[in-house]
Amino acid sequence: MMIINLIGLALIALIVWWFWLYKPEKAVDSSIESITIVVNNGVYQPSRIKVAAGKKTTLHFFRKDGSPCAATVIFPNVEVSEELPLEINKSVELPPMPSGEYPFHCPMKMYTGTLIVE
Amino acid sequence: MNKLTGKLDNPLANKSTQELIIEGAGCASCVGKIELALKSIPDVDNAEMNFALRTVLVTGQVSVDLLIKAIETIGYNAKSANEASDDELLDEKEIADQKYYIRLMRQMWVALGLGVPLMIYSLAGGPMTVDTTLERGVWLFIGLLCAAIMYFAGKHFYVGAWKSFTNHTANMDTLIALGTGTAWIYSMVVVFFPMALPEMARHVYFEATAMIIGLINLGLALEVKARGRTSDAIKRLIGLQAKTARVVRDKKEIDIAIEQVLLNDIVRVRPGEKIPVDGMVTQGHTSIDESMLTGEPMPVEKFEEDEVVAGTLNKSGSILFKATRVGKDTALAQIINMVKRAQNSKPPIGRLADIISAYFVPVIMITAIVSALVWLNFGPDPALAFAVVSATTVLIIACPCALGLATPMSVMVGVGKAAEAGVLIRNGEALQTASKITAMILDKTGTITEGAPKVTDIVIADNNYTEEYILTVASSIESGSEHPLAQAIVDSTIEKGIDPENVTDFHAIAGHGVEAVFNDHKLLFGNQKLMLKYGVALNGFVAQAQQLAKEAKTPMYLAIDKKLAAIIAVSDPIKSDSIEAIKRLQANGIRVVMLTGDNRATANAVAKKVGITEVFAEVLPEDKANKVAELQAQGEIVGMTGDGINDAPALALANVGFAIGTGTDVAIESADITLMRGSLHGLADAIAVSKATLRNIKQNLFGAFIYNVAGVPFAAGVLYPFFGLLLNPVIAGAAMAFSSLTVVSNANRLRFFKPQDH
Repeated sequence: MMIINLIGLALIALIVWWFWLYKPEKAVDSSIESITIVVNNGVYQPSRIKVAAGKKTTLHFFRKDGSPCAATVIFPNVEVSEELPLEINKSVELPPMPSGEYPFHCPMKMYTGTLIVE
Repeated sequence: MNKLTGKLDNPLANKSTQELIIEGAGCASCVGKIELALKSIPDVDNAEMNFALRTVLVTGQVSVDLLIKAIETIGYNAKSANEASDDELLDEKEIADQKYYIRLMRQMWVALGLGVPLMIYSLAGGPMTVDTTLERGVWLFIGLLCAAIMYFAGKHFYVGAWKSFTNHTANMDTLIALGTGTAWIYSMVVVFFPMALPEMARHVYFEATAMIIGLINLGLALEVKARGRTSDAIKRLIGLQAKTARVVRDKKEIDIAIEQVLLNDIVRVRPGEKIPVDGMVTQGHTSIDESMLTGEPMPVEKFEEDEVVAGTLNKSGSILFKATRVGKDTALAQIINMVKRAQNSKPPIGRLADIISAYFVPVIMITAIVSALVWLNFGPDPALAFAVVSATTVLIIACPCALGLATPMSVMVGVGKAAEAGVLIRNGEALQTASKITAMILDKTGTITEGAPKVTDIVIADNNYTEEYILTVASSIESGSEHPLAQAIVDSTIEKGIDPENVTDFHAIAGHGVEAVFNDHKLLFGNQKLMLKYGVALNGFVAQAQQLAKEAKTPMYLAIDKKLAAIIAVSDPIKSDSIEAIKRLQANGIRVVMLTGDNRATANAVAKKVGITEVFAEVLPEDKANKVAELQAQGEIVGMTGDGINDAPALALANVGFAIGTGTDVAIESADITLMRGSLHGLADAIAVSKATLRNIKQNLFGAFIYNVAGVPFAAGVLYPFFGLLLNPVIAGAAMAFSSLTVVSNANRLRFFKPQDH
């Protein structure tokens, strides 16, 4: 029983670390390569994207997931929301932003990503 | 064009044929230049330009950006004709939704095909345990069948859960995959190693796995259907757009798709046709029904140089007009864009749900583990079975999707509902704040009144001057002013056949009036403050001016060489429905205040007529914002209504700025809420829709919170020690599947809300 309890506690610790404490370092730099963010299976891929500060940014989205929630991407800090048509490239233009981290997500926040502006 | 069929395996794949719209190609000789520039790109096989349509068809494996750049380098502008228009995107969305719905329903039938018979067997008292070799064989077969169903009907949950996990995020898929996965794995352990478990724990839960997958797919399918209805307002707005336009090119009139209309094209519109793009009438006269945009039922007369707006309906005459804004720049396209943007923005009330959603799934995973451990340590026999059931049920019932949907669904319907009433709401925050307004400041001119004043009285103060001379002088000085009262004087003199003359040294003095020199005479024209400032003696004429003001007329003093020459009174008629609309606001408990630069007596007279008791009169433009701050300091949540340009500081400072406009860029961009029609009923409608939407959001949030707050402890088994109650995972699956549907359906109820008949 002790072992089961320890496994349970270890699982709780793993959940806390994996979903809350872990901070992914890797981000794809949009100035080096042209990025298409694929929207499928509950995630944006890539989900962490570096963009230049103080410049207009264009991101390309390609939605493969038919679920209605995936059909809209929202950038709440810059009041941008765009419909993503199914299986067609969609360009989303963002205004110049100061340095910082900007989340983007679907309306239900099931799909989440971060723009790293620097 | 492959907008609807363009299913690309590789998102970056280039099309073999591309159509571009060329701007700036005014002569036939441009054709050769453009074709040559395109053909010189190595991967272009062919380029053919249609000069009449100003389009070029390019074949070859090359990106559209490169083609556009090549055209720009030789001095033209180009854009892709392959970009789907709004209505095409909407059609495509409907087709995609329909396909998704059919897929979900198919998956639902497959899963329930196994789940329902098993469920009936279980409810009828059939043993769900593994005790004999025969039972092991039968349950192994059913377990493998269940695995096949998990693959065919639930693969998307498992793939989604795994992808989210590797991305360090958890979502609804995570909970479903963990819940159904736990039930299936436990059942398979029972099948393979029954002897390793106590006899009472040899229970299988394959029916729960199949039923949960089936029910959640059904819930998603019904949600897709219900969601479709929430975007009705956008569909209607998009439906206003014309599909084709008749343009004059090379002295011929040709019909083209509206995407191909270029700036400065001359467009022909015949009676009964929709205006395809924004423009300025160059020939002809007609009346246009603008009700679909403004809600104003009366058609508007249009003459040469008048503006016409895309989406409105030409009623009578045939006109030619020059396209001034096309494609995404038309007022209608901007309105559609703004409504879409606002529909997807979130009011502050939704932030709490957002924060909870972000932490919810991992918290529920931890709760499930804690619940299982408690059952294992302290639960009755079979503790293991209880632990599995409670953990599975907690995972299944706790889906945060209803919580995530609660706010956006209501905002989507509410913003759309407002747009139908000619009220454009900029974002969710404005929508929420409008519902809390306690004081509304109304600008007088153009808001309560028509904003089109007329000269009603001329009182001569110096008998050396005739009425005709006074009007000539007044109109000459006022022809340089942009004030609405100045326009009234100029119009009156022109009506009498008097032409304004030139003045020199013209200066407008904000909040006072104007000064200028006319035929070597120093002129002063404005209010009493202006006269006092320059020491003009008013003798006994102040009483006469006050009498005019009491009649809701605005008296203006004209001094020539610092001697009072005349008083000219102008009256601005009150809009026919202002009184009723103000009553509606007051009936809602809103303190209505009038704000004007006009003199106190006139302001009071107008306020009395419309039933307003509080008036801020003789307010200079720069002080309007101070009056907003004054009310805010008294603890009021202030709405400010003005024309969107000269009231800008006050509009910006108010908690909610309402611009009365006809869809002009400035009004749309600057105000929190834009009233597309002139009537103040739009204001009352906006507040009514906002209150109804907030009420709807609160109902949704309450439903979603209560469901999770009550559902999770019940699923974990807190009621078991007292009442012996433990939630069945299948019931949890059904409840979860229908929770989102309940939220979406409640939001859809808003579609039937009517602000008020008027």
